[in-house]
Amino acid sequence: MYNKLSIALGTALAVGVAGVAGGAMAKVEGDTIILGSAISLSGKYSTNGLHTQRGYDFAVDRINEKGGVKVGGKSYKLAIKYYDDESTPARATQLAERLIQQDGVEFMLGPYGTGLTKAVAPVTEKFGVPMVEAEGASRSLFTQGYKYMFAVLSTSEYYLAPVLDVVAQRAKSEGKDPAKMRIGMAFENDGFSLDVRAGVLDVAKKYNMKIVIDDKLPADLSDMSATLTKFKALKPDILLVSGHSKGAATAARQIEEMKIQAPVVAITHCEAAKVHEKFPKSANGMMCPTQWLSNLPKKDAYFGTASQWNEDFKKLHPSYSAVPYQTAQASAAVLVFKDAFERANSFDQKQVRDALAATNMETFYGDIKFAPEGNNIAKPMFYRQIGADGSYKPIVSPADMTFPRKANY
Amino acid sequence: MLDNLQLLFVYAPVMNIQMILDGIFVGAVFALSAYGLALVWGVMNVKNLAQGDFVIMGGYVAFSLYKLGIHPVIAIPIVAVCMFMFGWIVYIMIIRRVIDNDMFVSLLATFGLSLLLQQVMNLIYGPEVQTIDSHFPIFTMFDDFVTIPVVKIVSLALAMIFALAVVIFMKKSRMGQAIRATAQDARAARVLGINTDNVYAFTYSLNASICGVAGVLVSMIWVLQPFYGIVYSLRTFAIVTAAGLGNLPAVIGMSFALGWVEQYAGIIAGAEWQVASAVFMLLGVLMWRQIQLRRQRQVVR
Repeated sequence: MYNKLSIALGTALAVGVAGVAGGAMAKVEGDTIILGSAISLSGKYSTNGLHTQRGYDFAVDRINEKGGVKVGGKSYKLAIKYYDDESTPARATQLAERLIQQDGVEFMLGPYGTGLTKAVAPVTEKFGVPMVEAEGASRSLFTQGYKYMFAVLSTSEYYLAPVLDVVAQRAKSEGKDPAKMRIGMAFENDGFSLDVRAGVLDVAKKYNMKIVIDDKLPADLSDMSATLTKFKALKPDILLVSGHSKGAATAARQIEEMKIQAPVVAITHCEAAKVHEKFPKSANGMMCPTQWLSNLPKKDAYFGTASQWNEDFKKLHPSYSAVPYQTAQASAAVLVFKDAFERANSFDQKQVRDALAATNMETFYGDIKFAPEGNNIAKPMFYRQIGADGSYKPIVSPADMTFPRKANY
Repeated sequence: MLDNLQLLFVYAPVMNIQMILDGIFVGAVFALSAYGLALVWGVMNVKNLAQGDFVIMGGYVAFSLYKLGIHPVIAIPIVAVCMFMFGWIVYIMIIRRVIDNDMFVSLLATFGLSLLLQQVMNLIYGPEVQTIDSHFPIFTMFDDFVTIPVVKIVSLALAMIFALAVVIFMKKSRMGQAIRATAQDARAARVLGINTDNVYAFTYSLNASICGVAGVLVSMIWVLQPFYGIVYSLRTFAIVTAAGLGNLPAVIGMSFALGWVEQYAGIIAGAEWQVASAVFMLLGVLMWRQIQLRRQRQVVR
């Protein structure tokens, strides 16, 4: 009886070991490098999850078409193994473990959003799996000392803070004192938006701007009229709002309804919320941060310029009238991996990690160079102002800005 | 906080007009869904956790009609009928099976229903925020300081008309009488020949229909998102618990009170306290009730 049990156990163990060994081979099967990703294909982030997935796939196809990844004199194709994380962090953690432990994936692409990236990063870190993520912007991701996570996008504290720089310079050039400008702001009470707020506080301090309203919006608040009523009474010069696309939609709707006449209004995620289509009156003159511009003068060997990437992607997916930056940065993440594999000239995780850390490249998405913490420090955040006709105009210098904004309610 | 009080009462007292008006408009929408909940709770003893999701669903039905070019105000009767039928289906499939079980079964069943509705709406409409533009003008007073969107006045009027219709229906019609009789004593009603199963189905469907109408108003005033139902569920539960079942004037009063408390909490304590204030109000009312009841409580020794 005892013997039988030990034989059974032994067999199970042997199968297990074989399974792990087989799994470890899975990262590069034949001539294919398999990247893993838990991505939101259902649940509340499913739209953006799909944007991300399409960006990844678009880059994988293009790299494979153009000869794949050359490592050790051999050409490898890229492939991605996806799981649906259902937009829940707990599921994303499970799936990251499954990808690494059961499927033997040794290189990961990030999920969508800060919250899910936060759930996956401890797992990839524990197993020493290099991960390039394209969609988690929160500053707090890069203060944990992660060594294996790299992000191609600008971090959250740059979402609204540079607007204050632009406004201050513009005010100075018109002979006004930026220190006399007052700010009213409302941020959703979540990690991402509070990071945006922290960035704003720093810059406001630099120019001595006074913050007269500083509200934190609950995650499920669909009514910010109390904040805006206060805004009307105090009449600050600058209105800043961050609360993902639902915050942008709520703000745009109620700014219009309450006829807020602030000279400067800046809101995150206004594109995603389509405020220019739904609320053209209040959107007029609104400043919107974006990670990427489709006419950015940057290029690489695989996609050409930013506008070529944009055109090619639209050809493949005609349903997009404007391609979101989430898709562009996902494509850039795959380029970064390809570049790192070739420079490391190996599939050793440690060497690939070191190659990623030394990344210094130009892509259609912008320059990419990682800080020791893993965030991209070479690419700035970009700003666009919505015009009266609903168009988005890039703000390159302070003189480009329509200031004060003239909303015609 | 002190600055905010000063602002409110010293520097810009006109703000109060805006707050009070907004409170009324908000309260009117809450009153509808709260009345529906009070009805279902009182008549069937089912605590419908999917209340908020019915509201959002009504909004989405209106949104679909809006896409077809139907104005939301005209869509109200269509939504009411659609939601009524949907309520009937839900009753036959789920609620009928849990109504005689204990409280937790109905809580679990409606919680499951709520999750199901959220995910189905997410699959159909996507997680993006949707809005409906009613194209109504916006009135302003006091040099643009107080703004009153006509859509909110229309919503208030529609909520009042609908509430009145429901009250008259409950008082006058045969079905209304049957519903009230069943609420008082289901067994006696059955003995006297009332088909209580039908009454329950009708009550539940009526609630879904009322929620649907509230949802249309929500879609015109605020925003729709598949996962926003919980906000409305939470508030309606707070209102109904505080007001008591079967007490329509109290439910309406509480709804307006909640609207005002939220507005003022948002200004005085900051927006982060706005939703929390609903729960604080519920706590306050329950404590006050407890004290009041203790005075009258008598024990047979």
